[in-house]
Order: sequence, then C-alpha cells, then structure tokens
Amino acid sequence: MSVGTASEQRQFTVLMRILHWLMAAMVLTMLGIGVAMVASLGDYHRLVSIHRPLGIAILIVVVIRFVNRQFSTLPPFPASMSSRERFVAHASEILLYALLFVLPLIGWGMLSAARFPIVLYGPLHLPPILPHSVMLYALLRKTHTVLAYLLFLAFIAHLGAILFHTLVVRDGLFSRMAPWRVHAR
Amino acid sequence: MRLGVIGVVILCIAGGFFYLGGWFSPNALTPARFVDAFERADGVFSGFRRNHAKGVGVSGYFESNGQGARLSKAVVFRAGRVPVIGRFSFGGGDPNVADAPNMVRGLGLLFRLSDGEQWRTAMVNLPVFPFQTPQAFYDNLVASQPDPQTGKPDPQKMAAFAASHPATVRAIGIIQSHAPSSGFDNTAFNSLNAFRFIDAAGTSIPVRWSLAPVQPFVAVTTAATAQTDKNYMFDALISSILQHPLQWHLIITIGKPGDPTNDATMAWPDGREQVDVGTLTLDQIESEETSPARDINFDPLVLPSGMAPSDDPLLSARSAIYSQSFTRRAGEAKTPSAISAAEVRR
Repeated sequence: MSVGTASEQRQFTVLMRILHWLMAAMVLTMLGIGVAMVASLGDYHRLVSIHRPLGIAILIVVVIRFVNRQFSTLPPFPASMSSRERFVAHASEILLYALLFVLPLIGWGMLSAARFPIVLYGPLHLPPILPHSVMLYALLRKTHTVLAYLLFLAFIAHLGAILFHTLVVRDGLFSRMAPWRVHAR
Repeated sequence: MRLGVIGVVILCIAGGFFYLGGWFSPNALTPARFVDAFERADGVFSGFRRNHAKGVGVSGYFESNGQGARLSKAVVFRAGRVPVIGRFSFGGGDPNVADAPNMVRGLGLLFRLSDGEQWRTAMVNLPVFPFQTPQAFYDNLVASQPDPQTGKPDPQKMAAFAASHPATVRAIGIIQSHAPSSGFDNTAFNSLNAFRFIDAAGTSIPVRWSLAPVQPFVAVTTAATAQTDKNYMFDALISSILQHPLQWHLIITIGKPGDPTNDATMAWPDGREQVDVGTLTLDQIESEETSPARDINFDPLVLPSGMAPSDDPLLSARSAIYSQSFTRRAGEAKTPSAISAAEVRR
C-alpha cells in the first residue's frame, strides 16, 4: 500500500477498500434479494433464508467499517470539489452508514416484535431485541421497506456522483476507492 | 455523451432492480395478489387471518417418546416434553362463519424446543390437498368467486377449472371418500405437503406427518347443527377439552424413492413405514382475544434444524402468502373473535 503523510495519501487504506467493495457486493445482492423475495412465491423461502443471515453480516461489516474508519487516515477530496460538494459527499456518506446500520437492526427488531425465529444457519438463531407486539411489527415492516428504497436511491446517487466525477469532471475521485493500487500522478 | 453513459448505467441498474421486484410482470402471481384474491372471495375482516379466520387458541405439550430421533436430529424428537401453542380453525376468510362439519378444519401448532428453536406446522383434516400449485389454488379462488348477479359461483367457470385441472378432480374424489368426524377433538390432521427429515449423520428422507386422535371417531350426526348455535363445533371442542385433555399421536410416514414429494394432491401408497414419535396433549383452551395463538403466523417453513422443505412448490408459496396475510392483519385494529372469551368460560 502507498504509505506517506496524510497530504500525500491518495487512496483509502487497503482494509478500507476491501471493506468498501465487500459491502458494495453484499448491499447490491441484498437489495436484489429483498425486492425479489417480496414478489416471489416459489423462491420466497430460499431468498428469505439468505436475506436474514446476509443482513446480519452487513450489520457486522458496517460496525467494523465504522470503527476502522475512526482509526484511519482518509485521503483528501480532489481540489476540484467545492466546499458544498464536499459537504454533500460527507452527508451522503453519513446517510449510507446510517442506513446500513439501521436497516438490519429494523429487520431484526421487526421479527423480534412478531416473535418470529431469526434463524441464521441450522440451529443458530438470534434472540429477540424488542417486546412482543404485532402492531410494532407492522410499523417496523413498513419502515424496513421505505428505508430499503431510500438505500437504493442513496446507492444510485452515490454511483451517479462517482460516475460523474470520473467520466465528466475527470478529477480522479474514483481512484481514492479503486480496488487496485493507484500511483500518485 | 458522457452524461448519456451515466444515464444508461443508472437506468440499467434501476431496471434490473425493478425487474427483480416484478414491476415489469404485472400479471405474475405474487403473495400480495394471492392475498388480494382471498380478500375478494371473503371480504376483509380487520385483524383476522385472510384464510382460516375463525378459530380458537389452545395450548399443551408434546411428549416425545424418542422414536423420531433416528429419523431426524431435530431436538423435538429427543425423548421429553416440549410446550406447544396451537389454534383450531375453519378454512375460509370469514371469522363469523357458522360451524359446519364439511368445512376444512385446521390445526396450527408451534413447538418451543429446549434450545430456543421453533417448529411450526399448519395442518388440515383433508387427506390430500386439492391443488398441485399455487397458481391452481389461485385460479380456483378466482373461478369460484360468487357472481354478483346470482350470489353463487359461475358453474361454467367452475367446470372450465375442473376440466383443466384433473389433479384437483382426482384429489377431491379422495377427499370425498373420507367422511369427516363429528368434531375437532376426534379429527385427524395432516401435513399434506411432504418435508424432509435429516438425521445426525446427514441422511435426508422424505416424510409426511399426521396427528391421529386418541379420541374415538364419531360420524357426523344430523342432530347437532349450527341452526341453534353458530359455534356448536367450537363449543363442543371447548367443553370436551375442559372435561379432559385431548390427545393425538404424531405419526411420521416415511416415503420411498419414487413417492411424489412435489405433489400434495397425491397420497403416498399404503404400506409405507409409519413411526409414532410421541403424543400431543392439548389441555388449555382460550379465546383469540387473550390467546397468544392469535398473533402467531403458523408458517409451515419455520422448521428446526433436522427438518427441511421438500421440493413441493406449495411450501415456499405458503410461507410467502402467510407472511403477507400476517403483515396485513398485524397492523389492523383487532376485532373480537366469534369464539369470545365469555364463550370459552361458559
């Protein structure tokens, strides 16, 4: 990895990049499974059996990412980005982190409120984290859907912004998170 | 130009997402459309299940004799006692329907295993299920929709459905050859769908299960009818359970290679090995107004480790549709059950 002072560092650390792309793959899979399973009869069970443990895996990875981020030096934004753009980029990061943390917790919580077993694998299951209330389940179930669509929109905005910077502005913003090593120009 | 590329990328991803969500196939059968069909057939009754709406809660325990442990590693089959919550019901979406012996009788059960796992099963008294696929079930719901003019199903649509569904006609023949018993207490209940049991060595076998009542079979008599008491079959269940605990043997039938596991309309041939794995005792009965059974989704795919779904397409569909029905009713105001708390205490 490229080591140097904070001002020279152009990329996120290797661990941060691995976690980012792992998370991207998991979230994209999760969004696809989520929207497909609610419309599915024949594949519902298979999809929901992946959805639950994958959601918990996302919860674990987002916590690791957040903690790791606190102890890591971040590469600077390109000079081409205005302070307003930097603010928007930062706010969208906070939104993504928040959704990736809250969505699995709401999923866990809604199944808890319905006293539905939260099976991860084989006999391994999670304990309930909320009191038994079907009204609460119904509320959280709706919230889960609304926030999942919000996450999809946030993901599209994130992707759109990075494509815009890479293809139109061409300021090398993408290279900060590129899965490969990018040398300083 | 470059903006166009970005647009195309985003449209492709959004399109893929909406494709997976079924937005481009508005006629495909989904859990929501299935539950809509139940609602069109019977109406919407706030807080009630969209099918098997009329019911009463029960509880008791399952005493495993240990005989099932060689078939499945599920903790429930180790010798010992497991608490059970259940619900007796009639098929159909009307929670105030008058009791009648020819209606489908259901028994949903939730076993609380000692390691925190659960086994849920929703059984009915039919020997086989009338429909092979979710689509057939749905098409029948639509075909048997009462005509607004006559208040009865259109005989032409019913005949057309029967003509195109020979498996259903065959299954109804089997169902009609089994005379129903007089009440819930002496009813045999069946899993209908095939499942798989997995033993400690990882060997998987096809199974079906049924509950054989200890209470002796009594044929339906014409003396008792709903004319005097709309809930007479539930009331008979209440008085019988208050007199003495009701018991059923849990019988596991083991399929042989070649026995259909993906077709609930077909019975397995006679002579299959059957294992009595224990006794279900139900000794408490409670109105849905107070029973925890009201808030349970008896999803047939809540299975402990050691049990798994078969390749029957109905199983995943049942899980999806029960979930949809549960989600709808969970958020609605609860209205009193026909089998009220006062009725149970009487």
